[in-house]
Amino acid sequence: MSRLKEWDSYKKTRAYRFFRWYRGEKDPFLGEVEIKEGKLYKDTRSEEEIQKEKEELMNKVYDIDHNKEIKFFKLVYGIISAVFCLALTFVLLLMVSYSPKTGNPGNPNENEVPARYIENGLQETGAVNIVTGMILDYRAFDTLGESHVLFIATITVFILLRIDKDEKGKEKDREEANDRNYEPKNDAILQIIAVIIVPLIIIFGIYVILNGHLSPGGGFSGGAIIGAGLILYLNAFGFAKTERFFTEKTYKIICFCSLSFYCLAKSYSFFMGANHLESGIPLGTPGAILSSGLILPLNICVGLVVACTMYAFYALFRKGGF
Amino acid sequence: MEWLMYILLGFLVICAIAVSFSKNLLNSLMIFMSYSLVMSIIWILLESPDLAITEAAVGAGVTSVLFFVTLKKIHAIDEKKKGEKDE
Repeated sequence: MSRLKEWDSYKKTRAYRFFRWYRGEKDPFLGEVEIKEGKLYKDTRSEEEIQKEKEELMNKVYDIDHNKEIKFFKLVYGIISAVFCLALTFVLLLMVSYSPKTGNPGNPNENEVPARYIENGLQETGAVNIVTGMILDYRAFDTLGESHVLFIATITVFILLRIDKDEKGKEKDREEANDRNYEPKNDAILQIIAVIIVPLIIIFGIYVILNGHLSPGGGFSGGAIIGAGLILYLNAFGFAKTERFFTEKTYKIICFCSLSFYCLAKSYSFFMGANHLESGIPLGTPGAILSSGLILPLNICVGLVVACTMYAFYALFRKGGF
Repeated sequence: MEWLMYILLGFLVICAIAVSFSKNLLNSLMIFMSYSLVMSIIWILLESPDLAITEAAVGAGVTSVLFFVTLKKIHAIDEKKKGEKDE
């Protein structure tokens, strides 16, 4: 270890201080920015005086019957809010009356964009359901952003509501935070209905996802259905049963795989399309279940992310973790 | 079908007003749920079944369940007497 400067002069340089801070030997902000404990304020008056002052304060401030200012303010506040609401309603209704009638051929939205979607949608995307062809092919970038928004929302809720684990790995026994202790145990009616209905709900959700390019529906609707089914199952049987197949780790793996697959697949197809190259993804015969190129796998990805998000929201709200 | 649409739209307006005027939080949640259900029927009548499915699952199902959990956490459902005193 060679240094150009002497040790004493090196000590004064910024690099020395920076590396010291970097190695964690000294924190320059330690003891500088923290709030120091101040002196406690002691009330020297007797309790009667305090009580008297409190009563006076209450009478002056909160006595609505005799305080003219508060009365006046309440009246004005009510009138202003009513006037504001009515004005807003009036303006919105006025705008609606000015907007063109639905289905009129001369409307500004009847331009070449929807015409192209309707005329060439089937040939270009291979999806019988034009809506899915639009959101997962023409506007796939938009949908990528939406699924990332869901993921980020889950992370934000996780940061806000998470309960930290102790060093031993046990959860802190905060009664308020952990909802498990209050779960109704073995509700027979709920459990029997859940046994019958949950598989049907989840199968319906899978059907909606897989047929997204053929019939109304798609990743978002199907994922929401599966998420609702999972929440019903969780309510009926408790966290012990759902944690056998769905934990934080599962959530991480599923979300990471789906989002990165979506990103890579769509990057590939955008790159090839932008350079006027053949992407090599077969469109298949329209109407078959294995058709329309990338739409089916992308639908599955979006559905998985949405279902996981729904379940994770509920689990985080209930017990701060899943 | 015209008259059914008008009935549903009127119900929407009534629900929207009733949510804000109901004193009990649980009641207003129920009204909010029924608002979403009516909205999903309207989506079906407007010939967009995919939106109807999503509205029923998210609006009437998951959102209301999250609201219920929150109300339970802040003890707005359990302790009725205390809540009524405060208002």
